[in-house]
Amino acid sequence: MAAGIKDKVAILGMGCSRFGERWDCGAEELMVEAFSEAIADAGIDVSQIDAAWFSTHFEEINVGKGGLPLSIALRLPNIAVTRVENFCASGSEAFRGAVYAVASGAADIALALGVEKLKDTGYGGLPAGGGGTLNPQWAANGSAPGNFAQLASAYRAKHGVSRDDLKRAIAHVSVKSHANGARNPKAHLRKPITEDQALNAPMIAEPLGLFDCCGVSDGAACAIVTTPEIARSLGKSDIVSIKALQLALSNGSEAGHNSWDGSYFHTTRIAAAKAYKEAGIKKARDEVSMFECHDCFSITELVTMEDLQLSPEGGAIKDVMDGFYDADGQIPCQIDGGLKCFGHPIGASGIRMLYEMYLQLTGRAGDRQLANPRIGMTHNLGGSPMSNVAAVCIVGAYD
Amino acid sequence: MVGIAAYAAYLPRLRLSRKAIVDAHRWADPGLAGKAKGERSMCNWDEDAVTMGVEASRACLGDRRTTSLIAFASTSAPFADRQHGGIVAGALNLGEDLASIDVGASQRAGTSALLQAFAAVASGQHADALVIASDKRRSKAASAGELDNGDGAAAMFVGSGACALEFVAAHTATVDFIDHFRGAGEDFDYGWEERWIRDEGLARIVPEAVGKALKKAGLGATDVAHFILPSTIRGATASVAKAAGIASDAVADTLAAEVGEAGVAHPFLMLGARLATAELVAGQAIVVCGFGQGCDAIVLRINDAAGARAMGNAYSATLATRVAEDNYQKYLAFNNLVALEKGMRAEKDDFKTALTVTYRKRDMLTGLVGGRCTVCGTLQFPRADICVNPQCRATHTQEPHPFREEKASIVTWSADYLTYTADPPAHYGMINFANGGRFMTDFTDVSVGEIDVGTPVRMVFRVKSYDRLRGFVRYFWKAAPACRAPERGQA
Repeated sequence: MAAGIKDKVAILGMGCSRFGERWDCGAEELMVEAFSEAIADAGIDVSQIDAAWFSTHFEEINVGKGGLPLSIALRLPNIAVTRVENFCASGSEAFRGAVYAVASGAADIALALGVEKLKDTGYGGLPAGGGGTLNPQWAANGSAPGNFAQLASAYRAKHGVSRDDLKRAIAHVSVKSHANGARNPKAHLRKPITEDQALNAPMIAEPLGLFDCCGVSDGAACAIVTTPEIARSLGKSDIVSIKALQLALSNGSEAGHNSWDGSYFHTTRIAAAKAYKEAGIKKARDEVSMFECHDCFSITELVTMEDLQLSPEGGAIKDVMDGFYDADGQIPCQIDGGLKCFGHPIGASGIRMLYEMYLQLTGRAGDRQLANPRIGMTHNLGGSPMSNVAAVCIVGAYD
Repeated sequence: MVGIAAYAAYLPRLRLSRKAIVDAHRWADPGLAGKAKGERSMCNWDEDAVTMGVEASRACLGDRRTTSLIAFASTSAPFADRQHGGIVAGALNLGEDLASIDVGASQRAGTSALLQAFAAVASGQHADALVIASDKRRSKAASAGELDNGDGAAAMFVGSGACALEFVAAHTATVDFIDHFRGAGEDFDYGWEERWIRDEGLARIVPEAVGKALKKAGLGATDVAHFILPSTIRGATASVAKAAGIASDAVADTLAAEVGEAGVAHPFLMLGARLATAELVAGQAIVVCGFGQGCDAIVLRINDAAGARAMGNAYSATLATRVAEDNYQKYLAFNNLVALEKGMRAEKDDFKTALTVTYRKRDMLTGLVGGRCTVCGTLQFPRADICVNPQCRATHTQEPHPFREEKASIVTWSADYLTYTADPPAHYGMINFANGGRFMTDFTDVSVGEIDVGTPVRMVFRVKSYDRLRGFVRYFWKAAPACRAPERGQA
């Protein structure tokens, strides 16, 4: 097996724009907002960046194609800019590009920036996906909530869970994220909600109500990475390094082969197992301090707890209801509010998750700072339960 | 012998209460009150003359793999220039070695298509034929047609061997009698006064044509045991029968109470209903009439009473799929009769259909043909170069496999109020085929609360979406609860 990425790359600086309905700015301004914070944090000049990776998903309602939008918005010094797109995991993909460039030695310092400007569509919710010439002629007429809501039907059938019990558990998932988001000044949704509010919200896609769905937000997030040695030479202490970075993509078997039961993420299980191995983590439930998971919908978070080996299979409902993942629980999840409340500017989300882990590990998370986190994990998912891109990244203190 | 060897009918499950229609219009036209009786069949938003024709044909053909000739009759087919018989042939995987013809432009297009099929088979030009009559007639809101018409289809397999209903003789009168018309490109019919249609049209043209047909058959009017003539004019069918000398108890019900008049399909829906309820005896004569710019009068003989009854049962089966509908607004929306706010999400249907892809993938898109790996046996949809079975991955090993009749059930589902559909919530989910293979698909004909994991479904050919900018209709297959399958009428 390959040696892996562990401790080869460090985070030199990070930045994140305020997320939300940013009627005041477009993608270009959001990019500058995130980048300005990151480069100030890194303490370098833009001329020191060797290469950049740029992620955005809905380019057609956003910046258009190519790497030029980033290069132009940041006035980068005529370096390589690669635009990547991998659904909602695009941000993790940009980060992976920058990390790999540094790990290979091809770049000393690399930039990853993700942005999404979603609120120029004219309506609420995510734009319809799809595209291509064949898919729209046969693929089901789905929306993101409807695609993910199907997890609930299969999870209930598999584990014999009543609709009421499942609804209460996913309501708790959202109540927890709202409580966390309320303490994050950059979050899109900053009002706490009650379980009753979540349970009685308008139905979006059975059984998901409004509060089971994440925010549709504008925003950008940025990471500047280098080697631990260069970071140290630039005067950094408390270095956060990459312990693992894994992507797993569906190959059509969930969608086309009857072996998958529809209740879990096949790819997340694979990416998580590989990431734990790469990071040297034996028992995730005991070793992971905190994590950000891809809570596009509350049911996604619930089943992902099991796919990440944090809750036993069929045991996520109990853990959720016991407060295991609450801010004061054993493994706080979505401590920044998550996609649910920090928001979900698609191309930025994977990097936004790392931003929170980075702040927590460096003790800069303000009101929501956790006590002595050692290992942070991000889980960034793109696509739908039956066909998706799962990214798992583990970061921690560089010893 | 030439005749009808198999029969099936299709009625959409929704039956709109006429009271709901009348209640909506009573403020403007109190005179409609007298029509607030019974119900009319009503297509779902994703049904049209083609999809209904596919369902009727599918049940009618049963295990038959193809036919020599397919004749598709309709006055409401969705394309002015694209052959609908070919779409049906593709949906039913009938192959390419068959003749096809569309017949339209008159309310007797169904009976005329049947006569042409009889002639083609009798002459030996074709070994057999599938005749489809299907109509979804659009009518203006508050018009008589809205109340009187229904949606439906019938399919008949014409053969030269043993047939339950033998073709005996026919006579056609061609008379340019314009009881109504619809100009090319117009949406709606323009009709003339009923009393004139009854007295100068039906009463003069039909009895004469029937008399000539019976004469060719060597029969008299009193020999007619079953007389079939659609008309929405109250009492007109009975008075025509009387004028022709046919006994009143031979007159078939016009199905006004349960279906409404389903255009070119209607003579055959009436035939099915009659065969379901009347006393049937081998040797009985049936006269089936189609009226429109003249009259087709077709004389059939019952050769096999049990076979004829099976045809009647096929009608009863589709009639029994009834789901009461009392929301007139839904009817307006489904038939694009009101400028409804659909939201920006509906704009996603405005894409240009890549016809090259539609053609290249025609067996997949129209025929629901996937693949079967010849190495591991795994069924899969769509067919691909590399087997989907993670344990196999064999390359270029798949043979075409039709999924249309494979039993299936729901694995995952949701009812989605966000995505655009003409009939929210959009039900869709993953289905597993019992013999292997799966895909995520739209569901149709589903009421809220009707489905769950494990619910058996069957695949039905439906409108996937409408490209209203370009006038294109995209068809694909959806999953519907399996409990409402049409039946085949054959001994």
